[in-house]
Amino acid sequence: MWDYTEKVKDHFLNPRNVGEIENPDGAGEVGSLACGDALRLSFKLDEKKRIKDVKFKTFGCASAIASSSALTEILKGKTLEEAAKVTNQDIADYLGGLPEEKMHCSVMGREALEAAIANYRGQKVTKEDFEVICNCFGVTDREIIKAVRENNLKTVEQVTYYTKAGGGCGQCHPKIEAIIKKVRKDMEKEAPPPKPEKKKLTNIQKIKLIEETLGREIIPALKADGGDLDLVDIEGNKVLVALRGKCSFCPSSEFTLKQYVESKLREFVSDDIEVEEVRP
Amino acid sequence: MKTVYVDNNATTKVAPEVLEVMLPFFSEYYGNPSSMHFFGGQVQKNVDEARSKVAEFLGAEPSEIVFTSCGTESDNAAILGTLDSYPEKRHIITTRVEHPAVGNVSTYLGRKGYRVTELSVDREGRLDLDELRESLTDGTAMVTIMYANNETGVIFPVEEIGEIVKARGIPFHTDAVQAAGKIPLNMKKSKLDMLSISGHKLHAPKGIGVLYIRKGTKFSPFLIGGHQEKGRRGGTENVPYIIGLGKACELAQKHLNEENTKVKALRDYLEAKLLEKIPNTLVNGERVNRLPNTTSLSFEYVEGESILLLLSDLGICASSGSACTSGSLEPSHVLRAMGVPFTAAHGSIRFSLSIYSTKEEMDYIIEHLPPIIQRLRDISPFWKDYLRAQGKV
Repeated sequence: MWDYTEKVKDHFLNPRNVGEIENPDGAGEVGSLACGDALRLSFKLDEKKRIKDVKFKTFGCASAIASSSALTEILKGKTLEEAAKVTNQDIADYLGGLPEEKMHCSVMGREALEAAIANYRGQKVTKEDFEVICNCFGVTDREIIKAVRENNLKTVEQVTYYTKAGGGCGQCHPKIEAIIKKVRKDMEKEAPPPKPEKKKLTNIQKIKLIEETLGREIIPALKADGGDLDLVDIEGNKVLVALRGKCSFCPSSEFTLKQYVESKLREFVSDDIEVEEVRP
Repeated sequence: MKTVYVDNNATTKVAPEVLEVMLPFFSEYYGNPSSMHFFGGQVQKNVDEARSKVAEFLGAEPSEIVFTSCGTESDNAAILGTLDSYPEKRHIITTRVEHPAVGNVSTYLGRKGYRVTELSVDREGRLDLDELRESLTDGTAMVTIMYANNETGVIFPVEEIGEIVKARGIPFHTDAVQAAGKIPLNMKKSKLDMLSISGHKLHAPKGIGVLYIRKGTKFSPFLIGGHQEKGRRGGTENVPYIIGLGKACELAQKHLNEENTKVKALRDYLEAKLLEKIPNTLVNGERVNRLPNTTSLSFEYVEGESILLLLSDLGICASSGSACTSGSLEPSHVLRAMGVPFTAAHGSIRFSLSIYSTKEEMDYIIEHLPPIIQRLRDISPFWKDYLRAQGKV
């Protein structure tokens, strides 16, 4: 029924690094029998503080087992700083993708990793500091916010696929919607502003602008290198030019034409301009 | 790879005899039964014959048989068609373990302002008839309680329920989709007013069902259109499938005994061997009043989808009540209603046999399932924990 990639099937049928490390440097467990999935992760570091050995035990479906196996493979050899940067999307990408409804399995991987690292550092990752939004699955606002940000989520349905929140009684849907709205607003504010739209030009305006750009920007630059350029004609978006001076017998003239002249005209006038050379 | 199909409660193979009788009605006898000319008229006769066969199978009159497109339509029609006939009554009684074709209709009705009573079940999946008695009111429009549960196979005491409900004069419907063909049905001796069956659980094709409506029962058509089915269900009759269903009912009647002897023996054998070979296995649902072909087993500390995929890789086709396979994120509502513990609810597998199942197939499952469970238990964090707690490791 689920359309699993070959890699997911492989990591489910042949999971890597199954087990529990004795006297681990760090260990974390998330999920439960009640939830329907659980992951116990343990690791050992080498002298250089890189992850030397990492093992997992998972109770869950094919996606859960495959995600856990993939996570352990991703982690091997990483420093803790590098490990802390691994996202649920990295796990999904490693597997060639997961069905959307199963993305929460990859999120479980990332949460177990967080718990294990925190355990190593002697910190406690408690849910008490955060507000539980979904009571059916015990999902906090922190987890929902993180999922929305890291995976660019837009709908309640997606939040359910990535965190399980809202997948039970559904009473938390309005709260989830409110969180999505707020987080996306924050994300927009942080994003760079889009480039300003170029206005549509009339033919006369376009011709004038092409002449101006040639005269002000392009020809002086060519002249500085001993070259020159004559504007021969303009047909729609095609600008026909003739190269003069050194440019007329330079082996790189084709390159100059396209890379320099055309790109400059596209920048200042219109991005569908094409430049062609007219040879006498 | 050979296919061992043990998911007959999901759907069944169309019997070769059924397919054979259907074929002439596609390209040869394709007339519309309602037409005036001989070409349609001859088809009408065949439809009538099929209707009689279905009626005989149910111990009913042919005029009490309405053909629908599926079990779901029959359930929808029974409920909405009855409520429409008693608009002043706003209460409906059902159970917590119905198939979504009844359960989700109830949810829909709840949103429309109806009061819905969902009777609970105990740990064995049984109803408390006192709870039913106490729920009946003068404002109750109808009671709809399934005959046999599709997940666990547990059979409800429908005739006993019928006595209680009819004593109050309240319309009584049952979803008998899983029961038909496995236990004998006789509407002449029954208290039921309406009953739904589904073709594809009876070795007929998917896309045909029946709603039995006892003579004299008030009913508003659900599918409104032409005058087919005596004005009770609009739409040109699905002739080939009706013919097929007629044959399927005839065969089901013949095979009823085999279902309750040979098939039951295979199911019992499979269940006993699996319980013997796999520790920490529970049977979901009472084993006395249960369909002869069904067993729902829970394997502690492992998850259903994983079990199913490993079985599927070996050609074994079953289904599960786990969250991952239910389409929602929660395990089957039936298992939850029964209070099956979390250690087991996600690890449930349903095997449902048919008259085509063989002992070789059972042996194949018995050979391959134990190593699958062990393999998944070796991956699960909870199995070793359990062993440690038992002092076994």
